[in-house]
Amino acid sequence: MALYKLTLHELQEKFTNGEVTAREIVQAYSLRISQVEPKVKAYITFTKESALAQADALDQKLKGWRRTMPLMGMPLAVKDNICTEDVLTTCASRILGNFVPPYDATVIARLRGQGYLLLGKTNLDEFAMGSSTENSAFGPSRNPWNLGSIPGGSSGGSAAAVAADECVAALGSDTGGSIRQPAACCGVVGLKPTYGRVSRFGLVAFASSLDQIGPITKDVTDAAVLLNVIAGHDPLDSTSANLPVPDYTKVFRRKDLKKVRVGVPQEYFAEGLDPEVDQAVRGAIEELKRLGGDIKDVKLPTTDAAIATYYVVATAEASSNLARYDGVKYGLRSKQTKDLLEMYMTTRQEGFGPEVKRRIMLGTYALSAGYYDAYYGKAQAVRTLIRRDFEAAFQEVDLIVTPVMPTPAFKLGEKVADPLQMYLSDIYTISVNLAGIPAISLPCGFSKAGLPIGLQIIGRAFEEETVLRAAHAYEQATMWHTKKPHMR
Amino acid sequence: MRISKEEVERVAKLARLEITEAEKEVFGTHLSSILTYMDKLKTLNTDGVEPTATVLEQTNVLREDKVCPSLPAEKALANAPECENGFFRVPKILEER
Repeated sequence: MALYKLTLHELQEKFTNGEVTAREIVQAYSLRISQVEPKVKAYITFTKESALAQADALDQKLKGWRRTMPLMGMPLAVKDNICTEDVLTTCASRILGNFVPPYDATVIARLRGQGYLLLGKTNLDEFAMGSSTENSAFGPSRNPWNLGSIPGGSSGGSAAAVAADECVAALGSDTGGSIRQPAACCGVVGLKPTYGRVSRFGLVAFASSLDQIGPITKDVTDAAVLLNVIAGHDPLDSTSANLPVPDYTKVFRRKDLKKVRVGVPQEYFAEGLDPEVDQAVRGAIEELKRLGGDIKDVKLPTTDAAIATYYVVATAEASSNLARYDGVKYGLRSKQTKDLLEMYMTTRQEGFGPEVKRRIMLGTYALSAGYYDAYYGKAQAVRTLIRRDFEAAFQEVDLIVTPVMPTPAFKLGEKVADPLQMYLSDIYTISVNLAGIPAISLPCGFSKAGLPIGLQIIGRAFEEETVLRAAHAYEQATMWHTKKPHMR
Repeated sequence: MRISKEEVERVAKLARLEITEAEKEVFGTHLSSILTYMDKLKTLNTDGVEPTATVLEQTNVLREDKVCPSLPAEKALANAPECENGFFRVPKILEER
């Protein structure tokens, strides 16, 4: 089998056994990228040359003495809102079009410490604001299963790169579903860890109380392997949790779901859910039952208000976070400036795309005098109700299973003209961010048109192990993840 | 809820965004429909409900006040659109408008 088709843990085994060199790995992926990237457009920046140089250094070092770490020699892609020292980090925005970070994000420092190989930086919706990658200043990425469809977003480039075998695994970020939804669209695995599980230091901030970095991988085992490396306390992120990190790969010893109570929230199977998605997810629930899971109905009554809550909280935080783009310290500065105020205003006019401007406007409005209580204050209170919904449900069950997205991947261009319609497609993923809990998306079938459908498994805060165990048991019982798109 | 053109201009100014006439029109329409949708928050009773600003339990995180290695000035300034003698350079601020 071609090297690029392997999962991370399979490739790692070959590398550890000395069956393949790091140079051969990079060359195999370089060739694959040159074949399919013109169609998929998953990347913004390539770092093949430096990957090759690092691979050679690694091979040299390992000559005759082979002691590897789980990510050593592994070719990864990283979403372009995660800072990589000396490698362009654009956030798919004109305003950061020339930004070369002087430091590594903590997750990157950890990958580097293991000797990983960076293949490139992947496309996203500008500043991770979107559900389709169509908001990228560099043009959209495409779904490897159907080039006319969206790969999802905002981590669409990372998900498409993994699905098209243009990297062995990738990092994404998830503020309202931006890891899980593209993973579902592209038929791969995406894990959003608990808020605070993974350091956000060096992740360009969108909504600080919701953002979280996580893995996008070819199978559930790979997600655990990557989480093992990136999880843990970081003094550089005061919101990172100072809790011990278990070995997430150990949970796979159990292959059933006996004594695991699995909740099904009726609110997630209501109007607007595509019948094919409904059927696939219900089929998955049957499979979880067959594996020994105790299936129960649970209630999440505030679900209907989640989108409104999210788009107030997230845009308010974004309007504040994006105030830093002022043309002074880094990034674009408009040439048309007489004075300081005009420099700010024209720089931001030229640098931000329409969706980012819309969200800054919305957040500014929600925080402005006279509207703060009605929007921001109210949304924060409703956020408490949403958290309480999950707390109550998790008294009854250990996991909650739902669809990831109401439909399979929609067509490119289908929702660009109507931002509210685009926001509504986030209904099943955003509550998880508001509650700060972990959730995984993994493939659970295909539509008649051949597009992947995702299953979401949600767990209690810091109980990624239970989520991964259930996801792995389901994956191994169904093997949906072994299906690959036909890239012509 | 209908957001007027003046309201759009007010918010754009607060957000330090120069926007075109065409954008004022489009943003007015989009913000109106989004804010109308958000009115569903008003139907929920949140009397006595504590707001959630963060899901974390921890409050202040403190560290010792000691000197640590930091970015060298040249590196910190390397991305600046304009700098001079180790400073960021900006257009004149102290000027009558």
